[in-house]
Amino acid sequence: MADSGGLTRARDARPWLTPVALLRVAIVLAVLVIWQLMAISGWFYSDVVPALPAIAVALVKLLSSGDFYWNLWVTIDEIGIGLLIGGLSGLATGLVIGANTFLAKAFEPYLYYLGPTPKIIFFPVMIMWFGVGAGAKVAMGAVSCFFPIALNVAAGMRQIDQVLIRVGQSFRANPWQMAIKIYLPAMRHPIINGLRLGLGVAVIGTLLAETKMSNRGIGFLVIQAYSMFDMPRMYAILIVLFVVAIGANALVAHFGGLDQIKQK
Amino acid sequence: MSAATRLTTRHWAPPLVGLSSMLLILAAVEILIRVGLINRYIVPLPSKVLASFGRVIVEEDIFHRFLLTAWECLAAGVLLTVFGVAIGVLLHRAPLFRHACETWVAAMASAPLVLAYPLFLVIFGRSALTIIMLAFIAGLAPVILKTIEGLSATRRVLINVGRSFKLTPAQQFWKIYFPSALPTIFVGIRLGLIFALINVVGVEFLINFGGLGQLINELAERYDLAGTYAAICFVILVSVVFFVTTERAERWLTAAD
Repeated sequence: MADSGGLTRARDARPWLTPVALLRVAIVLAVLVIWQLMAISGWFYSDVVPALPAIAVALVKLLSSGDFYWNLWVTIDEIGIGLLIGGLSGLATGLVIGANTFLAKAFEPYLYYLGPTPKIIFFPVMIMWFGVGAGAKVAMGAVSCFFPIALNVAAGMRQIDQVLIRVGQSFRANPWQMAIKIYLPAMRHPIINGLRLGLGVAVIGTLLAETKMSNRGIGFLVIQAYSMFDMPRMYAILIVLFVVAIGANALVAHFGGLDQIKQK
Repeated sequence: MSAATRLTTRHWAPPLVGLSSMLLILAAVEILIRVGLINRYIVPLPSKVLASFGRVIVEEDIFHRFLLTAWECLAAGVLLTVFGVAIGVLLHRAPLFRHACETWVAAMASAPLVLAYPLFLVIFGRSALTIIMLAFIAGLAPVILKTIEGLSATRRVLINVGRSFKLTPAQQFWKIYFPSALPTIFVGIRLGLIFALINVVGVEFLINFGGLGQLINELAERYDLAGTYAAICFVILVSVVFFVTTERAERWLTAAD
C-alpha cells in the first residue's frame, strides 16, 4: 500500500511520465523521423516533402517577420467582425425561433437544411455585393457562422428548464429581464457550443475567401507561398494556422465550461 | 371545424407560412429590382434566375457535372468509411493508443484542413485526386470518433452473452460489437459524407476543376449573374437532397436498433 501510495505521489509529481504521455512523445518522434527519412530518401520531390530543418527555418523566419503578424491581424480582424455580425444575428434568430414553436416549425427547416451547404459557393455573390476587399471576407465569415449559432441557440432555448422560466414569470420579469436573467444564463453552454462551431466555420470561410481573391491575410500568404512554390514556408504557415485554430477552439470550449461537461 | 381538420390545419400552417414568406421575399426583391431600388447588375431578377435554370441545365451540361461531383463524393466516402472505421476499430482495441490519439483526432476535426488545398495541389496536381483526398482527410475525424464511441457503448450484457457462448474475438466483434455500434458508426459516416460534400464542392470552386463547384466559378467569371445564382440554387438543392437522404437512412438504422 505504501509502495502504491509512493508511486501515485511520484506520478502526481511528474504527470508527464504517464504511459499515454510517453506514447504521445514516441508517436510524434516516429512521425518526425519517418518524415525526415522520406525527405532525404530521394523518393519524393524535395519541394513536396522538405527536410525538417528547412521547415523549422521557415517557421522561425515566419514567426520573426512583422509581415506575418500584420497579415494575421488582418485575418483576425475579418474573422472577428464576421463572428460578431453572424453571431449576433444568429443569436437573435435563435432566440426568436427557439421561443416560438410556430416560427420554429415555419423557418427552422430552412436553417437546418441550409446549414450544411458549402458556404464558399456564396463567395461570388459576396464579391458582387461587398466588393473584392475585406467586406466580402467578413460577409463570408458572418454567413458561415450564422447557421450553427442560430441552430444551437434555438435548440438551447427549447432545453431550458421550465421551472426557471416559471420562476422568472412569478417575479413578473419583463421580456428583457427574462432574456438577461433567465434565458441567456440557462443557455450558456449551447451558446458557447454554437460559438465554438461558428468560430471554426468562420475561420474556414474567411480564409478560403482570402485564398480565392485577396492581397492580404493568412489565406493570401498560403496562396502566395503556393504560387512562389515555397513549400517550407507553406508548411510553416499551415502549422501555425492549425495550431492557432485548434487553440482558439479549445480556449472557447475551456472558458465556456464545455470541457467540464465532457468530463462529467 | 372538426378536430381532424383543425389538426391538419395546425400541421400544415407553419410550413405554408414559411414557404409563403420565402415567396413573398422573392416577390419583394423582384419589385425592388424592377423599380430600381436594388441594382439589377448586382442582384438579378428572381424571375430571370428561375428562367435561367433550363439554360444552365442544358448548356452547361449540369448532369455530367453532377455525376462528376457525385463520383468524387462517393470515392471520398468509400475511403473515409474504410479507413475511418478501420482506424476507429484499431484504436478501440488498443486502449493506450486510443487515449494517446483520441484528443488529436478531435483536434483534427476542428482544424481548417481544407486550407491545405494548395499543398494537395502540389502533391496530387490539379486533378480529381486532390479533391477526393482533401474530402477524405476532412471527413475522416468524425468517422473515427463515432466508431470508437459506438464500440465503447456496446452494452455489457451483450458482451457477456457473447462470452457465455465462448465466441472467438473475431466472432465477438462481428456478432456483438459491430452490429451494436453500427447506428453510431453510420452517424459518423453521415457526418463524414457531409464534410466530404462540402469540401468537394468548395475545392472544385477554389481550384476551378471538376463538377458543380467549377460551374459556379465559371459562370461568375463570365459575369452571368442569373446563371451563377441558378447554379448556387442547384448546389443548395443537391446538398439538401443529400442531407435529407442520409438523415432518413440514419433514422431508419437507429429505429432498427
